[in-house]
Amino acid sequence: MSEAKSRSSAFIEARDRATDYLVRRHYLRWTEALPWLVAVACFFLFPNRMTFGSQVLIMIMFALSLDLILGYAGIVTLGHAAFFGIGAYTVALASLRLGWSEPISGLAAAGVIAACVGVVVGWFILRYRGLTLLMLTIAFAAMLQESGNLRSDLTGGYDGLPGLMFDPLLGTFQYDLYGHTNFWYALAALAVVFYFVRRLVYSPFGQTLTGIRENVRRMHAIGSPVHLRLVTVYAISAGIAGVAGALFTQTNAYVTLTVFDFDSSAKVMVMLILGGTGRLYGPFLGAAVYMVLEDYFSKMSPTFWQFGIGILLVLTVLFARRGLLGLAEDIGGMRWGGRAADAAPRRLVWKPEHWKALGASAFDGGVLGFLVGFAVNMGHAELMTAYVTGLPAQVAVFTLGGAAIGAGINAFYLLLTSRSAVEGQAS
Amino acid sequence: MPQFANIAVSILFDGLAYAMFLFITAVGLSVTMGLMGFVNLAHGAFAMAGGFIVVSLTRSYGIDFIPSLIIASVTIGLVSVRFEKRLYRRLYKSTDLEQVLLTIGLAFMAIAAFTYFYGPIPKSVPLPHWLEGDVNLGFRRFPTYRAFLIGLGTVLIAILWFVFEKTNIGAKIRAAVDNRRMAESVGINVDRLFTLTFAVGSGLAALGGGLAIQLFGLTPSFAVLYLVLFLIVVAVGGLGSLKGTLLAALVIGIIDTGGKYAFPVAGNLFIYAITALVLLIKPTGFYGRE
Amino acid sequence: MRLLPLLGAATLAIAMGGTAQAENVKIGVVLPFSGANADLGHQMDKAFDLYIKLHAKDIAPHTVTLIKRDEGPPTGAQAKTVATELITNDKVNLLAGFSFSPSAIALAPVVTQAKVPMVISNAGTAWITNLSPYIVRLSFSMWHPAFPMGAYAYNKVGCKTAAVAYTDFPPGKDSVEAFKTGFEKAGGKVTLSIPMGSPVQVPDFTPFLQRVKDAHPDCLYGFIPSGAHATGLMKAYGELGLRKAGIKLIGPMDLIPDNKLQDMGDAAIGTIVMGHYAVDLDNPQNKAFNAEWHKAYGADSYPDFMSAQAWDTMHAIFDAIKKLNGKMSDGAKVVEAMKGWSADGPRGHVMIDPATRDIVQDEHAMEVYRKPDGKLGERVLDTTKAVKDECKVLKIGRCGS
Repeated sequence: MSEAKSRSSAFIEARDRATDYLVRRHYLRWTEALPWLVAVACFFLFPNRMTFGSQVLIMIMFALSLDLILGYAGIVTLGHAAFFGIGAYTVALASLRLGWSEPISGLAAAGVIAACVGVVVGWFILRYRGLTLLMLTIAFAAMLQESGNLRSDLTGGYDGLPGLMFDPLLGTFQYDLYGHTNFWYALAALAVVFYFVRRLVYSPFGQTLTGIRENVRRMHAIGSPVHLRLVTVYAISAGIAGVAGALFTQTNAYVTLTVFDFDSSAKVMVMLILGGTGRLYGPFLGAAVYMVLEDYFSKMSPTFWQFGIGILLVLTVLFARRGLLGLAEDIGGMRWGGRAADAAPRRLVWKPEHWKALGASAFDGGVLGFLVGFAVNMGHAELMTAYVTGLPAQVAVFTLGGAAIGAGINAFYLLLTSRSAVEGQAS
Repeated sequence: MPQFANIAVSILFDGLAYAMFLFITAVGLSVTMGLMGFVNLAHGAFAMAGGFIVVSLTRSYGIDFIPSLIIASVTIGLVSVRFEKRLYRRLYKSTDLEQVLLTIGLAFMAIAAFTYFYGPIPKSVPLPHWLEGDVNLGFRRFPTYRAFLIGLGTVLIAILWFVFEKTNIGAKIRAAVDNRRMAESVGINVDRLFTLTFAVGSGLAALGGGLAIQLFGLTPSFAVLYLVLFLIVVAVGGLGSLKGTLLAALVIGIIDTGGKYAFPVAGNLFIYAITALVLLIKPTGFYGRE
Repeated sequence: MRLLPLLGAATLAIAMGGTAQAENVKIGVVLPFSGANADLGHQMDKAFDLYIKLHAKDIAPHTVTLIKRDEGPPTGAQAKTVATELITNDKVNLLAGFSFSPSAIALAPVVTQAKVPMVISNAGTAWITNLSPYIVRLSFSMWHPAFPMGAYAYNKVGCKTAAVAYTDFPPGKDSVEAFKTGFEKAGGKVTLSIPMGSPVQVPDFTPFLQRVKDAHPDCLYGFIPSGAHATGLMKAYGELGLRKAGIKLIGPMDLIPDNKLQDMGDAAIGTIVMGHYAVDLDNPQNKAFNAEWHKAYGADSYPDFMSAQAWDTMHAIFDAIKKLNGKMSDGAKVVEAMKGWSADGPRGHVMIDPATRDIVQDEHAMEVYRKPDGKLGERVLDTTKAVKDECKVLKIGRCGS
């Protein structure tokens, strides 16, 4: 009797917790003010870097639009730059050809037009998934770019449309060399868009998106109009990307066909993954971190920067699958507008097979080092000739170094992915 | 020859050579994606690495072009096995997105590393004399190198077809692509099979990279620049299908060449248009399975 | 304001006894240091560094500091951000470099507003200099080599008809339009115009050149971005036997970049280009330039037309420093000082046209031949002196604004 009672009370507890969670999700938490405070602080701390600051805000908005479809609805696309570009060119052509240079209405128009294109495109391609969908999104963006080049009389081709003029903001705020006006403009636009996205995500509509992402068959089974929902969110996301593109043109007073580049779509995806998908603030963190790192490291060494980004990606996938935000959660054990934190403590239980793994990594590292040693010699890179001369010595040094690095990385990996024996989960 | 027929022959020939390059490089990607469902975007990086090995072997060590190609393919094939065992294997159960990110990250690292060692200046290879110039094939002359590409491609296709259709291993691979669980339950060691196909596929990619130098020049960016092209061939042909990859390579190679001949203004529009068209009508590609 | 340079400058001033105020001129250098076009940036960067090293004493007691930033890809956005920060953050006196036209185009309104001179070492779109009175160009416009090539091709090379093939982006279109204007003015006829794909990827040139072959023109005028495209085009030209079919290859010097010429093999022999620089150019400044280059960067490293342009850029800036006695803070005065500047450099005699602020230079018609030592080289067939940018002279399209 008491067993049944405790079972049912456990059940009631769980149900209440779940209901409570759903009801309280959208309440504003004090932590949500942080990103905005940081943005405002940057204005006062780095007044000379505000042109860069505006670009960061624009990227955040672009990443936010991608988060809607990638993070919340689960649509993998590598062609989102298409909508960014549509928005960018809308304001440019409106200003140039129609003489319509009022900035705020330009933003709105860009968003609407991009969203309309999103409806049409989404209607056709969202029936597919996986590689098919990916290729279709890539093809769409590429075709848009090629068509733009075909009509370079309209688009200015790769040299673009320079010298675009936009009216002062709200009739009074001029654009200055230091980019101050642009920064506040971008921040305000981001705030408005974000408010909208936040409402959307916490609405029942937003919840259906999560359902579609997690188990689309079940959604069909309960009669949810999946395709309609997907097209809707795709269109909204396209509109937001269009607004970001329009901001880009307005703050740069210049646009070229490179806004449609595949690189651009790939870059924004990397930013989003870095920050953490399926979270409202993932784009903020990801875009800001990426752009700041890029700015800092590419000044030091552009080659090193590309290598660094590559490593960052590999490490993110291996160790931080939920992005930096997920990592922060694990460390801090806080809740940040998304999923519950996994606060299991980490402790490495050393097993014999770990030695085997270390040995294998050392071997791999050594082989790679061996090949690299040859490459250094063949490519004539002046890497070690000051200290170590001769092919055998160079190759030996690289082999040993590679082995050490390989073992080190694996040890680090083992440390990070182990669980305590109590949890019972294998590493 | 009458003018129109002459043009048609030229387009077919050039398109065929281009298609052979696409096939050789992309077939590995198609089979591994079909067999294991693993999206390996570092495939282009393997091709690029193979190309650079050929450059080094021919320029710095004076080895002939053909032997260099063989050495490069074998080396990359072996290296890729280690990658597969140590890195990729962890992510077989992961989402497509994570696989995409991991392999793109590896590709970036490879590009940066090769830029550091070889510099960003495009490279070319010294060809043996018998591959230069043009050759008389009876009714007209054709560039020798492209004739070589077509010949080599045909031989490789024949070998691959024979292995796939007539040998035990080929049957096992086809079985595993069709239905992995069933294949495992009749005792086929799919993991080892995958390692083998992965190695061969990467080796072929390296071969393609080496062959591409004469066509496009080689820079480290090769790894991502032509990646979209390989993905298109794989998607349009259908994952895991030899026939499909070949057909897709032929269609894309010939239509692209013909399009560039007849309507050069359109640029790459034709390739993307074909891709969109095929995928909208048959989402799994020519010979893909659901 | 950073403390160290301030202290340094103060010390120097006191040491000089306060009579000649030593100025430190800050130059913001914007070049592509990463990505696919990094070799362009490095060629120019090396030239800047070399000139400063060799001529620093010429402007003593003044000094020059270079602040280098990555131009990024040819979209203009990154160039605009880094250059704006160079102006607002680092307070540079001038900007130099700019490999890509979109970078310079994007920056034009900024330098006008900030009143900072922008000295262009490469970007070649003709109407760039019209965009701001603070832009001075030391490099070239697409029209410099292409327009004279038109007349030369008709009169001296014997091309009565020509086909034009170009990479499908603005520099390609500009170059071809310039050639066509010059060629048709001289009496020739362009029978075929073929765009050859985007500048990002090297395409398979075979179908384009096959089409040219089937059209039987006398000559083929080609424009491709310098680099991998050049080798690809030359290889396809050779493989398809266009020269044997009687179609001569002509174009600007981008067709045969100095550091790729040796790879092109026999196919390149007989190509005629119009350009303002070649490593083999026979004048005393160029001989000295090459000697210093090899001394500094090794026997395997070669300067190219971009290095020569960068060299002249620094030369012009140094002469402006001397003329203004180091006072480079007034941008308008700096530009005034550079107008009408002329000197003998590796390219020969160069001058900055006071009316357009663009370069005036000699264009040489050069032919590729095999030197006695077995290497490929270029010999000068003819020189057109003091060529201006015809686009602005004839006021064609955007050049007229």
